[in-house]
Amino acid sequence: MPKGYTHPKFIAPPAPKSGKDSTKVAIVGAGPVGLTVAIDLAQRGISVTLLDDDDTTSHGSRLICMSKRTLEIFDRIGIGKLLEEKGVIWNKGRLFFQDDEIYNFDLLPEPGHAWPAFINIQQYYVEDFLVQKAETTPGIELRWKHAVVGLEVHDEGASLGIETPDGAYKLDASYVIACDGAHSTIRKALNLPFVGRAFDDRFLITDVFMKANFPSERWFWFEPPFHDGQSALLHKQPDGVWRIDLQIAANADPEEEIKEDKVRGRIERMLGSDIPFEIEWISLYSFRCRRLEKFRHNNIFFAGDSAHQVSPFGARGGNGGVQDADNLAWKLAKVIKGEAPDNLLDSYEAERIPAADENIKNSSRSTDFMTPKSAAVKDLRDAVLALARQEPFARRMVNSGRLSVPARYESSPLITCDASTFNRGLLPGSAAVDAPILIDGKEDWLLKQIGQNFTIMIWGPTPPNIPTDILVIQIGPENDPSGLIKERYNMREGTTYLFRPDQHIAARTHQFNQEWLTAALARSAGRH
Amino acid sequence: MAQYPKEIRVSQPDDLFEALVDAHENLTDAESRQMNSRLILLLANLVGDLDQVLAAINKARSSITAEQK
Repeated sequence: MPKGYTHPKFIAPPAPKSGKDSTKVAIVGAGPVGLTVAIDLAQRGISVTLLDDDDTTSHGSRLICMSKRTLEIFDRIGIGKLLEEKGVIWNKGRLFFQDDEIYNFDLLPEPGHAWPAFINIQQYYVEDFLVQKAETTPGIELRWKHAVVGLEVHDEGASLGIETPDGAYKLDASYVIACDGAHSTIRKALNLPFVGRAFDDRFLITDVFMKANFPSERWFWFEPPFHDGQSALLHKQPDGVWRIDLQIAANADPEEEIKEDKVRGRIERMLGSDIPFEIEWISLYSFRCRRLEKFRHNNIFFAGDSAHQVSPFGARGGNGGVQDADNLAWKLAKVIKGEAPDNLLDSYEAERIPAADENIKNSSRSTDFMTPKSAAVKDLRDAVLALARQEPFARRMVNSGRLSVPARYESSPLITCDASTFNRGLLPGSAAVDAPILIDGKEDWLLKQIGQNFTIMIWGPTPPNIPTDILVIQIGPENDPSGLIKERYNMREGTTYLFRPDQHIAARTHQFNQEWLTAALARSAGRH
Repeated sequence: MAQYPKEIRVSQPDDLFEALVDAHENLTDAESRQMNSRLILLLANLVGDLDQVLAAINKARSSITAEQK
C-alpha cells in the first residue's frame, strides 16, 4: 500500500431503473487519458458520461514521468498547480556502465518556460487530481463501478452493455471513446488486432519506499555488478517513493521473479544492506510495441493504451495518451456543435498514428539497445558504451530511453504550408512553445493566452475583419520585454501564427492577409 | 599525426545504430566478425586519408589498453 496516499473510494451511482440510458459521448475508462478527454470536452461545452469498472484511482504508481507537453495540457485543463506542488522536478540523468559512471546529462532547462522538462509523480495522484477536477466540471457524469461488457455498433453510434453492482443496462452513445487500456473491452468487442512487435525480455518494475539521499536524478545502469549484468533504472517520486526497474532474463520464471523475497534480494544488492526500504508495488512486464491499424472506427475512437503500446523507456506511453486526448477533444467538440464537418475527426488518426509510430520506433530502439539480441549486437552495444566514456559522438548513441517530446503533425491535412519563407521559428504542426509575456504589466505565460477556439498571434496592430470567435494576441516590444517570443517564433512586423485549440500551430506567415487566414482556418477545421 | 576529432559528425545516431544492428541480422558469429572487418575496410576507404584512419585506429586501440590497466 502507498505510504503517503490513501486511495479514495468513489460512490457507484445506481443503474438506470428502465435498463436504458443515452448520452452524446461515452468515455470508457477513467484513467489519465479518459479523464483528460472528459474534462477537455466538458470545458468545451460537451456533456460526457465517463464509465469505469473500478471505484478508485490507479493501483500502483505506473506511469510516473510527466513530460513538459503533458504538463502544459494538464495546466490548460486546470490541474497544473496541483502537479507542481506535489511532483518531483528532475533535469539530470546519469549513465553507468559496469562499475563506473560513463557520463551524465542535463536536460538543461532553457529559461522562459512555465513548465520543466519533466515532473515525476505517481499515476494515482494524477488520476486523483483529474477526478477532483472532473467532479467540479459541469457536464461530466462519472459512473464508477459501471463496467462495459458489450458493444453493439449501429448507424447512429453504438450501444454499450453495462454491468453495475445493482444491475445491468444499455447505454446508447453517439460517440464512444475507448480509453480502457491495453486490454480494452471495446477493442476486443470489435475484434481489432494490434500490429507490431513483442519483446521476450522482462522487466521487473517496482516502487520502494525508503529514506535515501539519492538526488532527484534519473540513474541508468548497463550491466551493473549488482544485477547479473542486466540493466537497471532508479527514479525518484514524491512521498519517499523510488521507482526501480530491473531487467530480467527472457527465460526467467515469472512466478518466481515476482515473489517479494526474491525482489527484496535484488534490491538489497542494488542499494546495499544499510538502506532500509519497504516494497510498495511489484509488477513484471514483457514489452510490446504495437498499435491498432486505425484509431477511428465509425464513431468509436481509441486513445492511449487501447490504441498503442510502447515500452516504458522514454516515458512515451502515458504522455502519448494524454496527447491523444488533447488532439481528439477539440475536434469532437467542434463536430458535435456543428462547427466543423465530420471529416475533421478523420484527422485524429491522421495526426496521432504518425505520433504513435514515432513513439513505437523510439521505444523499440531503446529496448533493443538495452537487450541486445545476438553476440555481435552485444559487442556493438558494449563498444558504444565503452567509447562513450571519452567520445561525444558515442554518447549520442547510448540509448537508455529517448524522452518523450510532442509530435509535430507534419503531414496532417489540417496544416497549411508556410506562405512565406521562415529562416527560424516554429514549423507548422508543432506544438506552440511557451515564453514569458506581460499581461496588463504583469508577468504571465504565452501558452496561457491561447484560447479555447482558434487564436492568432500577430506582431503589430490587429488587422480588421478578424472573425469574432478568433482570439487575437498582439505581440510587440511592450509585452515581450525578454524578446523570447520574437526569437522563438521568428517574429517581425506582420508575422502571424494561427494556433489551433490544442495549441498546435496550424499556419504561419510573415505577411498577414485575410485570404490566408480564411483558407488556413477552413483547412484546420477540416473543410479542405 | 592527426587527432581523432571531438566534434560529433553523426547527425542521426539512432538511425546509425539501428542500421549497424540490422546489418548483423541472420548472420552467424563468424559471418558477423567478417562483416565487421569488411565494414572497417570499406569505411577506411571512404575516409581515404591514412593519417585520419590511423587516428581512429589509435583511439580504438588505446581505449582497449586503458581498460587492461
